[in-house]
Amino acid sequence: MGMTMTQKILAAHCGQEHVKAGQLIEANLDIVLGNDITTPVAINEFEKAGFCDVFDKTRVNIVLDHFVPNKDIKSAQQSKQCREFACRHGIVNFFDVGKMGVEHALLPEQGIVTAGDCIIGADSHTCTYGAVGAFSTGVGSTDMAAGMATGKAWFKVPAAIRVELTGALQRPVSGKDVILHLIGLIGVSGALYKSLEFTGPGVQSLTMEDRLCICNMAIEAGAKNGIFPVDETCEAYLKGRSQRAWKKYEADEDAEYERTITIDLDTLVPTVSWPHLPENTRPAAEGKDIKIDQVVIGSCTNGRIEDMEAAYNILKGRHIADGVRGIIIPATMEVYKTCIERGYTTAFIDAGCIVSTPTCGPCLGGYMGILAEGERCVSTTNRNFVGRMGHVNSEVYLASPATAAASALTGHITDPREV
Amino acid sequence: MEARGSVFKYGDNIDTDVIIPARYLNTQNARELADHCMEDIDKTFITRVQAGDIMVGGENFGCGSSREHAPLAIKTAGIACVIAASFARIFYRNAINIGLPILECPAASRAIREGDTVSVNFDTGVITDETTGETFQAEPFPPFIQKIIRSGGLMASIQAQ
Repeated sequence: MGMTMTQKILAAHCGQEHVKAGQLIEANLDIVLGNDITTPVAINEFEKAGFCDVFDKTRVNIVLDHFVPNKDIKSAQQSKQCREFACRHGIVNFFDVGKMGVEHALLPEQGIVTAGDCIIGADSHTCTYGAVGAFSTGVGSTDMAAGMATGKAWFKVPAAIRVELTGALQRPVSGKDVILHLIGLIGVSGALYKSLEFTGPGVQSLTMEDRLCICNMAIEAGAKNGIFPVDETCEAYLKGRSQRAWKKYEADEDAEYERTITIDLDTLVPTVSWPHLPENTRPAAEGKDIKIDQVVIGSCTNGRIEDMEAAYNILKGRHIADGVRGIIIPATMEVYKTCIERGYTTAFIDAGCIVSTPTCGPCLGGYMGILAEGERCVSTTNRNFVGRMGHVNSEVYLASPATAAASALTGHITDPREV
Repeated sequence: MEARGSVFKYGDNIDTDVIIPARYLNTQNARELADHCMEDIDKTFITRVQAGDIMVGGENFGCGSSREHAPLAIKTAGIACVIAASFARIFYRNAINIGLPILECPAASRAIREGDTVSVNFDTGVITDETTGETFQAEPFPPFIQKIIRSGGLMASIQAQ
């Protein structure tokens, strides 16, 4: 029996010719990641266990992104703890204010994660890096501590679901609509413990931003990882960017999949997840009666330059509706700067929006856009759980940047093809 | 090893944002985290929970964020064991890594009711609802994971190696 792409990467990282679903393995890690929420807990575990050195100071990454620039004294203490640890251990990839970006936008952009890697990150959206052909999954702080100390992690080799993409995306439909549609089909536990392996002729119509967004939300279907084949688009992205040589793995022709789901990209429409689960999907066109108070465009899901461009194409020369607060957050300093250079920032401000420096802020209800009781937000982020962005009686509707921008213009959930 | 206590019962897809909302993640203090455990879906949980009590959830318990603060808050609140039909995978790892006992048992998850007195034998995986007299058999952990649990968590298990 052949192996899936994920299984091949895991086999190569545990020194075995062949692994199969359900097998427990100990794998060598290429990259270990943490942020300002999860790293302090990992540091405590690392030090409590008496470790003196990290396994490789070039492979441990610490990104301050959730609550920075720090929102309060407690957050500042946590950032300080990360900063001191990074300094003490000579962590090469430590990203503080000024250099930081939202971690899952930053690491691919900087070429830190690359094809063929085996990666853990103490953040659930670490599954994003499957877009560059890596095995990458979220873990907790103790796993991060163990990974920093030993360069290894244990995994149960996952079974896989094949997602066969056919046709081509019809813009402004985007990667966000693909993943919301998929989660709507299989549910928030539809891929529990499994890999989502994307394949098929439709892959070629997807940009890297689409793929990063799709893999980012694999966790929202319960998946261990999402992964795309390394094709010409991917190699063009890695060329001149990847800091290390990459390795291209391909699934065997006789690889075993638990099921295959086919999605015809031609038929997809702008899609929105209604509260309070990402699986509650409906076409954006059905949202005319949902009046909104806020729009957030940004995050590790949709804060990349193509996402800013999609918002710009809709907002330029127009003004958002009265009573709507528009919050736009480019995910990295490079995206932030490019928005300025291309005139997007001016257009956003003229449209009545604010433009923030990179932060996870509102996505997890941290700061920079907390919702009051009864308020509604259309957001390009990844979760719409109870209380996720503020008050327990507030509501988050997940959508693409185009849908979010169109909704900001009208003041209700709007199909971007209608503005 | 055994646990025995009253049941706090919740539904499917209990996510880490309701277990411990992100607005409290500016601290690592376990007691402070526990004081806000479940507050967005059950404001009285923290005032009613007694040391040794048992939490029962449905499918996909602990979905969402990777925050280890979630199992830590549940454990520090006094919960001795979480039983669910299934667990989200990061929560599952985190619970084992920090030493919060968890058991996967769809039948128990369906049958046990809020307020029942339940006892759990971790060695055999037998769950007994003392209120109704029903017993259930949970899935045993693979030996590799049992080793981590016996060592007292992941870091202790690595040190032992």
